[in-house]
Amino acid sequence: MNQIVKTSVSRRQFVVASATAAGGLAISVAFPGLADAASLGPQAWGPDSAPNEINAFLAIDPDGGILIRSPHQEMGQGAITALPMIVAEELECDWSKVKVEHASPARNLHEKQVYGPMTTVGSRGVRTSWQMLLQAGASARVRLIQAASQRWNVPVAECEAANSKVTHKTSGRSLDYGALAAAAGKITLDKEPAIRNPDQFKFIGKSVPRLDTPLKINGTARFAIDTRLPGMVYAAIANCPVFGGKLKSVDETPAKGRRGIQQVVKLDNAVAVVADSFWRAKEALALLKPEWDTGEAGKTDSAQFAKAYRDALDGPMVSARNDGNVDAEFAKSAGLGGKIFEAVYEAPHLAHATMEPLNATVNLQTDKLDVWVGSQTPMGTIRQAANASGLKPEQIDIHNCFLGGGFGRRSINDEMRQAILVAKQVGKPVKLVWTREEDVTQDRYRPQAAIRMKTALGPNGMPTAFDAKIAVGSILRSTGINKVESGVEAQAVEGFANTAYKIPNLRVGCMLKNTHVPVMFWRSVGSSQNAFFMEGYIDELAHAAGQDAYKFRRALLEHRPDFLGVLDKIAEKSDWGKPLPAGRGRGIAIFECYDTIIGQVAEVTVSKKGEVRVDRVVAGVDCGHVVNPSIVEAQIQGGIIYGLSAALYGEITIKDGRVEQSNFDSYQVVTLADTPKIEVYLALSGGKKWGGIGEPGTASTAPAVANAVFAATGTRVRSLPLKNLKLSGPA
Amino acid sequence: MITITINGKAHQLDIEPETPLLWVIRDEIGLTGTKFGCGVSLCGACTVHVNGEAVRSCGLQVGDVAGKAVTTIEGLSSDSKHPVQQAWLVEDVPQCGYCQSGQIMAVAAFLKEHPKPTDADIDANLTNICRCGTYVRIRSAVHRAAALMKG
Repeated sequence: MNQIVKTSVSRRQFVVASATAAGGLAISVAFPGLADAASLGPQAWGPDSAPNEINAFLAIDPDGGILIRSPHQEMGQGAITALPMIVAEELECDWSKVKVEHASPARNLHEKQVYGPMTTVGSRGVRTSWQMLLQAGASARVRLIQAASQRWNVPVAECEAANSKVTHKTSGRSLDYGALAAAAGKITLDKEPAIRNPDQFKFIGKSVPRLDTPLKINGTARFAIDTRLPGMVYAAIANCPVFGGKLKSVDETPAKGRRGIQQVVKLDNAVAVVADSFWRAKEALALLKPEWDTGEAGKTDSAQFAKAYRDALDGPMVSARNDGNVDAEFAKSAGLGGKIFEAVYEAPHLAHATMEPLNATVNLQTDKLDVWVGSQTPMGTIRQAANASGLKPEQIDIHNCFLGGGFGRRSINDEMRQAILVAKQVGKPVKLVWTREEDVTQDRYRPQAAIRMKTALGPNGMPTAFDAKIAVGSILRSTGINKVESGVEAQAVEGFANTAYKIPNLRVGCMLKNTHVPVMFWRSVGSSQNAFFMEGYIDELAHAAGQDAYKFRRALLEHRPDFLGVLDKIAEKSDWGKPLPAGRGRGIAIFECYDTIIGQVAEVTVSKKGEVRVDRVVAGVDCGHVVNPSIVEAQIQGGIIYGLSAALYGEITIKDGRVEQSNFDSYQVVTLADTPKIEVYLALSGGKKWGGIGEPGTASTAPAVANAVFAATGTRVRSLPLKNLKLSGPA
Repeated sequence: MITITINGKAHQLDIEPETPLLWVIRDEIGLTGTKFGCGVSLCGACTVHVNGEAVRSCGLQVGDVAGKAVTTIEGLSSDSKHPVQQAWLVEDVPQCGYCQSGQIMAVAAFLKEHPKPTDADIDANLTNICRCGTYVRIRSAVHRAAALMKG
């Protein structure tokens, strides 16, 4: 049976999950008095406004039904459950009467960002919106109490709110929220109430079941791809396979006259076929042989890029951090016969490969545009739609559906832009769907990168100088978000410029270098490659110093009790230090990503043929505070799997300027058979830390696995994926 | 005309027989719980039952399904009470949820062949892809569903 999990930040460390006999993990759901869950309709988005609003975040109907809006989008990370829980914490409401939905981007536009930026990137849901959500709930509760005190003509201090009721303590009278909501909605407060401290939380910290699960076990949850509009036509599209290329010409004849085919639409860099069904459109598109102008980019390949990034390491760097005097320390160390240790690491491009291929449905009219899409950045999506359509932002409604995976890919809606451009030419509502092949070959990828790290090890084996030179693609330049005139972007140097490792002389340099391959945010962003670089290399240093990899890190992090809490937890739970048979090994890694510290110990077996199997991953997490432990556990599990796909198989390569991979056969990902036993433990430091949880799990997996491979085989892993590495297993 | 039976209901379709079953289910019949993931039978998001067996509907031509009984996620149960759905609910498996219809359909068929599955059975037979990485909970839910089915 499941074990009941209690969360309390006053207990600094606790176990969130226990392994079941089946090898999985189980978390129970137990919260007395709240047996019924809140609910969520099949469509995630809501209208601009609702009757009986207390504020933009919530409405309370006369029958006591409560509507709570989530300012961040649901893409699997649990936002639409966890964020309303934060409102409910302060609201003191009956969770079973709560209905939730995505907040309206249009309302956010005309009410001056009442929901904040609404971006669902950078693990920002809880991390950036918790205070706003507590405030929304507290404000409503206080006004409900005031409404009751006015109704009864008693002092506010004699009233208290709990379980969707206000009670007059002295007389025992009570009124349901539904009966008070209309009056409460009219009350303005002189001053917003103070929000609770974490030690006062009653609802936050409980493993409440996800509200979207009932919709996701019977096919009713609506994703953008499920949109059907009257009179809608379907579009299949082929983009120029070389990024930045243009459509020269296309002979439309092969598509013409086929059943259901309505139109061949030419865009600057793509050709689309419009038909009465997606399959007919796709089949006809496959018959076309568009001619592309690919320019010089059509002559490039991954080997050239890899060389360019490696060569950049010998060139000038822009400083991202410079503590002490690294060069002087290297010279001094060399003079004393100290150990200088140097290594170059590399990381490839990666595709996001969300399960739901990119798609959008648009209804473009002369003065109105409705879009059904999955967007991680709905406010940006409005701007993008305005640019593509020529309409004003105020004329655009984004119906943000459940996202069939995001991982960063849905921060820019290329598919929506194209759907609008196609709709302009066909004059009907259009559903445009990318095939998986388009999805893999037309992604905006995790940047390719190379790094050289150089260290002087002092007499006690600890580093006295550390120099990191990073050459990587700029995400902000590639996406057009920012020109990065300083030459340093945070994503490029994440985890290096802000490393917690205490090394007296520390220098981080950065050279942003983009090719024609577009790059973007990929789950855990810069940490996805930098954790591999840093933690693989730190392991090498520990080995060079003849020290235990866990203790070596401990010594470098002595000043950070939060890091130590995580390190100690994973070392304890993973049986660190216990001998393993030949061909097996353990590796450790720890990294901070979006304010959350994530430590992992991976245990691997390398077969006689050199095949790597990850048997077990023990993860330790310090995200400060936890809203829903079950969701946190699932995010860490999922993040580990995402990182494991990248570590074992993930690689996008370029030949003749185009991506060589196209579907899940050539871009392999982890399945059940590859899935290790995963244990997730919390080691919460509490305090002011509210770390993100969607992405950190991914960061530490590759280095933990790489270090375990070294422990098992003696072979260092300085580039990924592992499938490219020739390993010799045990004799 | 092709006649196919989906979730017990017969449909007469004027459609090319080579149309993949997936697109018939989604675009012609309008049942959208079955998902498009890869189009080439690699990911399993489109898994349905044909005469009780799990198949990837993107790789099956509708002409080959004529006269056979197709069950989609919408037809697995009328009330989400199928033991696999119940196990999924208790384990809170889905994240983005996009692959889960296919996962559930694959598992429902798998458990008929393997009523007491071992982890090795699961690894060898359940190959649907989930990019959110819900596999740990899927494994737990498969064992739970097997236990529920045993009663």
